Formats: sequence, C-alpha cells, structure tokens
Amino acid sequence: MIPFLDAWYDLRSLANPVRELYDWLRDNTADEVVYVVSAVIGAVAILTFVGLGALANVWLERRIIGRIQVRRGPNRVGPFGLLQPVADAIKLIQKEVLQPRASDAKLFNLPPILVFIPAMLTFAVFAWAPDMVYANLNVGVLYLLALSSITSLAIFIAGWASNNKYALLGAMRVIAMAVSYEIPLVLALLSPVLFVGSMNIPTIVDWQRHYDVWLAFLLPMPVLIYAVAATAELNRTPADIAEAESEIIAGFHTEYSGMKFGLFYAVELVNSLAVSGIMASLFFGGYSLYGLDEWLPPWLIFIGKIYFFYFGLIWLRGTLPRLRIDQLMALAWKMLIPLALINICIVATEVLLWRELELTDWVLAAYIAINAVLTVFFIGAFFRLITARFYRLPRRVRLVHDISVPSLPAPGAAAQ
Amino acid sequence: MTELHTPPYVVNIGPQHPSTHGVFRLKVTLDGERIIDAEMVLGYLHRSMEKLAEERTFTQNIPFTDRMDYLAAMTGNLAYCLAAEKLAGIEVPERGSYLRVIFAELQRIASHCMANGTFVNDCGAWQTPLMYMFRDREKILDLFEMTCGARLTTNYMRIGGVAFDVPDEWYPAIKALVAELPDRIAEYEELLLDSEILLARSRDIGVLKPEAAINASTSGPLLRGCGIAWDVRKADPYCVYDRFDFDIPVGHNGDCFDRFIVRLEEMRQSLRIVGQALTHLPGGPVSTPVPLALRPEPGEAYARIESPKGELGFYLVSDGGPTPYRFHVRSPSYINLSVLKDLTVGLSIADAIVTLGSLDINVGEIDR
Repeated sequence: MIPFLDAWYDLRSLANPVRELYDWLRDNTADEVVYVVSAVIGAVAILTFVGLGALANVWLERRIIGRIQVRRGPNRVGPFGLLQPVADAIKLIQKEVLQPRASDAKLFNLPPILVFIPAMLTFAVFAWAPDMVYANLNVGVLYLLALSSITSLAIFIAGWASNNKYALLGAMRVIAMAVSYEIPLVLALLSPVLFVGSMNIPTIVDWQRHYDVWLAFLLPMPVLIYAVAATAELNRTPADIAEAESEIIAGFHTEYSGMKFGLFYAVELVNSLAVSGIMASLFFGGYSLYGLDEWLPPWLIFIGKIYFFYFGLIWLRGTLPRLRIDQLMALAWKMLIPLALINICIVATEVLLWRELELTDWVLAAYIAINAVLTVFFIGAFFRLITARFYRLPRRVRLVHDISVPSLPAPGAAAQ
Repeated sequence: MTELHTPPYVVNIGPQHPSTHGVFRLKVTLDGERIIDAEMVLGYLHRSMEKLAEERTFTQNIPFTDRMDYLAAMTGNLAYCLAAEKLAGIEVPERGSYLRVIFAELQRIASHCMANGTFVNDCGAWQTPLMYMFRDREKILDLFEMTCGARLTTNYMRIGGVAFDVPDEWYPAIKALVAELPDRIAEYEELLLDSEILLARSRDIGVLKPEAAINASTSGPLLRGCGIAWDVRKADPYCVYDRFDFDIPVGHNGDCFDRFIVRLEEMRQSLRIVGQALTHLPGGPVSTPVPLALRPEPGEAYARIESPKGELGFYLVSDGGPTPYRFHVRSPSYINLSVLKDLTVGLSIADAIVTLGSLDINVGEIDR
C-alpha cells in the first residue's frame, strides 16, 4: 500500500498525489522505473486532455457557431447533443479511406500523423499549476515556435502528395503564409521573453504572479500582433486561405477522407487550444488569477483561460469573412512586421531603463500607460493607412426615383 | 538573374465546387493564382425546357417556369403568364395583378437574401450571413406555403390571374413581415457594410464598366451596380407597377460591393412596394376564367419583367393550336454571365469566385 501524506487529496495541484507515488517508487524500485512511470503519467495526462479537448471542441464549435448563426446546433445525440462528436468520429471511422491513384502513397499517409505530433507536443511545456509542468524546458518559447513550423511542413507534404491542383494551391498558400507570419509571431513572443528575461514558461508565469500584473497589460501591442498572426497560422477564418472552402474546395486536405480527414480536423481544434494556451501562459498570467489561484485549482484556471481564448477564436470564425492571400500577406509584411519591430524597440528600451537604472517596480504602472497610448496610436495609424482606400467611395447606394427611357421608334417605323 | 518561369496550368472550377451556385463549370488557366484565361462550360443542367414546352398546352407550361430560376419561381411564372396573356389578349382582374406584384416582390426579397448570403459566403464567411438571411427567406417561403402549398416551385400564377386567393391567416403574417424586415435589412447593413474585410474582398473587384455592361446587354443589379438606372418596372411598367412609389438603387463603381449593396437596398424598396400594394389591395376575383386548352390566335408576343436577376423575357409564338409553336426565354442569368470572362481574367482565383458570386447566376435558368 502506498503511504499517502495528508496533502494528497488537495486537488489544487494534481502533482501532490503523483509526487507521493514518485517518492514511494524512488524508495522501493530502481531509478529507471521512476523515469518511465513519471514520463508515462505526464504523457497520459496530456493526451487525455488533448483527446477530450478535441472532442469537447467539436461540440463547442458547432454549438457556439450554431448560436451565432441563429440556429440551435447539434442537439439530437445525447443530452444537449453532447455525444455529437462521438457520432461524428464513428461516422468518419466507418467511411472509406480513399487514396488517389496518382498520389505519392508514402507521403500521402504521412501528414495526418505528422501534423498531430507537434500539436500534442505543444502541451508538454505549459505550466498547468506551480508544480504541474511536464517538461520544464528553459527554452520553452523557442520550443513552441519550432513546433509550429513543423505543422506547416506537414500540411505542405499533404498538399504536394495529393497530386491535386486544389491541394497544391492550398499547400503553396500555407508555405507562403508560414514564411510571412512566422516573423511577426516570433517578434511578438519575443516581447514577454525580453521583459521577463527568460524563455522558460513557468518562469514567465511566476513573473506575472510576482509582480501581480499580466503581461497583456504591459504589452498590449504584441498581444494583438500575436492574436492576428496565430489566427493566420491556425488556418481559421478570417485567414483560412489554405482550406478556403469557397475557393479551393478544401485546400490541402481535398483528397483526404475518412479518419485521415478526421485527424486534420482534430488537429485544427487541438492547435486552437495550443494557441489559446500560449496566449494564456505568456500574456494572461497562466494559472494565476490575482490570488484566486489560492482557492481554485490553478490548472482549472488555466483551462478556463484556454477556453476563454478558444471562444474568441470560434467567435471570429462565426463572424468574419476571409481575406485574400495577397491581402493577408500585405497585412503581415506591411502592418504586423513593422509594428512588431517598433514594439521590440519600445520594449527593449523600457526593459533597459528598468534594469540599468534600477527603477522601482512602480515604473511598471507608467509602462502600462505609455504602452497603451503607443499601441492605440501605432495600430490606429497603420489601420487607417491600410483601410483608407475602402472609404473612397460611399458605402450606400444612390437612389433614383424617375428613370429616363430612350424613346424607341414606333412599331413599323423600322420597316420604312 | 534569370526570370523564374512557371508554366500555366488548367483548373476546373466546377461542375462540383462549393461556390459555383449549381452545376456550372469554369475552366480557368492559371499562372500561379492569377487567371490568364477562363472558359465557361454550360449545359450540365440542360433539361430541354424550351423544346418540351412546344408539346404542352399553355397552362401546362407554367410549372416549367418554376424550375428555370428555382430561387425565384414567382417571377418566372409571372413573366410567362404575362406573355401568354399578351398573346391571347386576356385581361387580369385588379386583385390578381396586385397579388402578382406582392408575390413577385416577396420573391425578389427571398432571391436577394439568397444572393447576398451566398455572396458573403463566397467572400469566405463561415455561413453566418447566409443563415441570417435564410431566416428571413424562410418567413417569405412560409407565406408562399400558406397561399399555394409550395415553398420553392410555387406554380402559383395562372394565365388570367393567380391560382388561389390568399387565406385569412396570410394578412397578419405579411403585415408582421413588412414591419419587421426593414430592421433586419438595417442590421445587415450595420454588420456587413462596415466590415473592412468584406470591403477589401469586394471593393474594386470585378469592376464592370457601364459601356461594357450595356454592350453585353446585362440587366438587373449587375447593370444598376454600374450606376445605370434601368429597371423594367419603371421603364416598361407591367401589372400595376406604375401605381407604386419606389426608388431604383444604383451603385457607384460597378464592382462586386456595389452589386451587393444594390441588392440590399432593393430588398428595402421591394418592401415599400409590398406595403403600398397591401394598403390598396382591392377585392374581387383573382383571375379571369380561361379555357384549359387555350388556343390563342396565330401571332407572337414578348413580355418582359424585372426578375430578381434582371430582365426576364418570354417570347411566345402561337400557330393557333393549343401548344406554343415557339417558346423562348431571355434569361437574365445567361446574359449576365457573358461578362464573366472579361471580369475574371487578370484576377486571382479568390476574386473570381467573389465576382461569380456577385453576378448572382442561377444555373437552372442558364441551361433551362
């Protein structure tokens, strides 16, 4: 029997019961067993969250978009349609998996798996609670950025191997977009790293808890840049140009059917969670919630924040039309990258002043005000610059009451 | 540095594609994403209606007109009945004409709901505007169902009037609709016309010059979007349209956005007409009795109306027999579509889809 300490039932950190287990294993078994067991427990926990999260997201996405579209959404399978994702999955598994004869067989089967791995690996570095971190990487942010590039590669392979022109168009778009949006994304994530002075995600979260200020308030500009760039990377409307249903059918996964398509679909939902998680960890205090994390389980707060941002993504999908690829590129190169560079300069200066002049922590309050003003100014200016041409012509019609009809020759007049 | 050479390649957009509005096929030659040549392939929905109509009596032909523009069956009915009445010299009672106007205008709103909803869908919205507009279209289809039992292929108009008078429960329903829809249209304008993304996608895209529009004989919102005030309802009034006070919306630039806002405003103007027609709706019979096997005098007749998609005309020739000798349709979709190649060459695929969506074609009417 494993001897438990008094704190094992304290669910505010799920690490407590696990630590009990480790201690017991360390005393009673070989070191290798401890490593293997700890790895398996963490991996299973993350896979469970990802798996259940993907299922829940299918339901949430369909229900919420249903509400946005003044309809009910799925409500037939199970209470409130909760079993709809299961029914969807069963349907997809039953479907025939078609493979075009002209496709590259090996490459064609690779992407559905390849695309899933980085999506799940992302969750390894998140800080779910003060001591619930699966991989406490000191280069956590870099690791996240590296993973997001693999997804684009997998999608490109899918488009190329399908040997379909629509898929190829989608694949080309993905590559073009990944190249463009990686830059503002990296530059945006660099700001919290600069401010905190660490790439380790638990450290960044701790910093926000220590100073009692979310980085989102300090750095509003990178939050917005990251939100736009991440939406583009995620392939969701308003930037779902790689799938672009109305243009190129389903883009890179046009030729995928059955569960292969299901994997692409699930990955999209899991990636949305991952992006929301990055947003919550780096900018919105991770598991901390201004002292409330003493009472509520921190991991629940973190999941709540993830789903808060995920709701935002669903809302965007439900409301916005899609940008054209060159407009999306223009947004990246002409607006986001200059903004991100300006932002890096501002942040670097502020951090330098704070560190070198050894200012008091009260300077953070001043930084919040300065950055808010600068963000409104720069984003407003760029936005005005980009959208000016749309307002050249009036956006309402001209009304004509009486129309002039050219007089026609009388019947028979033409014959004369 | 040598110039990078990419060979052009051909992509078939359609006949099975989410955005071709039916089974329309556009064969485009692409250089990267830019269209350098476009070829329209028609005929996937050809049902030989014009020939079949020569074997059926004048009354039996009415259901065919439902199935041409199946999103605007009432106006199809109306144009055909007007042509047949002109051919046979039949007068329509007042109430019949008023009901025809009301249903034709309701049909215009329903068709524009569909056109605008799918247009924003083509711009990449995730079905939401379409669902909003379907909500309103449903209410109009409910009114159709109340009156004639059918929602889509109504077969409501008859030579000499309309098939049935409206039931009692129809009056409160249509009054509620007329009171409610202007708010909805204002809501759409608020939600969509200030959207920078929609503007980016449709402003200055697919610009049709007024001269080109006239040369191609286009009509309807496509022509009015170019800034030309032309509407058969005003230019050559039929039914009782000369008794109503309404405006013709025209665009500024002839681009996709202009066609979109013209349709939105037309919905509002149609409501004005419906409101006036309801106020002045006279009593009396709804149709003139017409023999089932109508045998018009030998001759020919052409009648045209302003259908939601443009000028819809029917040309009928009678040789004195019970069936038309010749039955020809001037369908606005077919003629409006002829500008597509000029509009799309030089654009990217995404813009071509938006342009196609803004033309508001209906393949049932094109192929017949």
